Amino acid sequence: MADMRTPLKKVEGLGSARDGTIHFWRQRVTAIASIPLTLLFIGFLIAMNGAGYAEMRAALANPLVALLIALMLISALIHMRIGMQIIIEDYVHGDGGKLALLILNTFFTIIVGVVSLFALAKLAFGV
Amino acid sequence: MVELALPKNSQIRQGKTWPKPEGATNLREYRIYRWSPDDGENPSIDTYFVDMDDCGPMVLDALLWIKNKIDPTLTLRRSCREGICGSCAMNIDGSNTLACTKGADEISGPVKIYPLPHMEVVKDLVPDLNNFYAQHASIQPWLQTVSPEPAKEWLQSHDDRAKLDGLYECILCACCSTACPSYWWNGDRYLGPAVLLQAYRWLIDSRDEATGDRLDNLEDPFRLYRCHTIMNCTQTCPKGLNPAKAIAEIKKMMVERRV
Repeated sequence: MADMRTPLKKVEGLGSARDGTIHFWRQRVTAIASIPLTLLFIGFLIAMNGAGYAEMRAALANPLVALLIALMLISALIHMRIGMQIIIEDYVHGDGGKLALLILNTFFTIIVGVVSLFALAKLAFGV
Repeated sequence: MVELALPKNSQIRQGKTWPKPEGATNLREYRIYRWSPDDGENPSIDTYFVDMDDCGPMVLDALLWIKNKIDPTLTLRRSCREGICGSCAMNIDGSNTLACTKGADEISGPVKIYPLPHMEVVKDLVPDLNNFYAQHASIQPWLQTVSPEPAKEWLQSHDDRAKLDGLYECILCACCSTACPSYWWNGDRYLGPAVLLQAYRWLIDSRDEATGDRLDNLEDPFRLYRCHTIMNCTQTCPKGLNPAKAIAEIKKMMVERRV
């Protein structure tokens, strides 16, 4: 080997991160939460098919509907961010690009989340 | 980034077609990956014809027949010829298996043979397994204890011994790890199914007292959590073992010690 390091030295690398289980667990928990929440959301969309703006606002003013949609957004976005992070770590090598994409992934998720929740609140509170 | 196309100097070309053995009536066609570090050529696929009336039934028999009777430069590892040493692991008919336990009659059409996928090739069908063996060493595959050594032996109940079944049979042939896409993309940091199955073999051993340290060393986004339950490992294992299940059990232990 040209770099004169033993294979074991390379495998040991910087050692174990002692991390990853929380991610693994969170992804399962948000997956479980997303099943009923997404089904309810799709049901809501079907029920509201063809409804006008005023009707939609009235429906979203119902706290139960607004809260369930907010929960759906949060659960799905957390799940999405973890999933995307795993894909980036799997396929993107080279530290610069990987770090940039991981940061963008976090920014993207937070922006989508904040915008969606703000839009939902605006409709639900009717201001 | 992941490379989807082979680099120019790894692209496989059509190789030599070796003459058919004279007078043979029962011929079988073998297409075998060839690459030598010495000539600066690209890899190529050579075609050989094996006289099945003069050759044993297994793919390894045919490879040795070719080496002995047609082309002595064909390079491969083999030792026990009965599926216990793991030396002759290679990609046969599209899946990783042991040449010595794969019957040529299990394959229809020409028998296509490549080295284990996505490993550096030393020559022909011989992959460089240094990284794989170092990964095995990194999980410290031996019994670790702190309690005073018993006078005779460390005891184990029958039930606890049974937990090692399906794990101790692993011969470290590397068929599973080199069938795993996660191992292809991140084999430098992901330990891969074979080594994780070995790790689990020591995690579940009732006599081992280093369980917590072992879990600490595995708890890593790359070492363990690159496994996405693709299951190629279990599909391809020539010994019929289930590395995917062993990895799932390790993940369960990780959660269990937190919640």
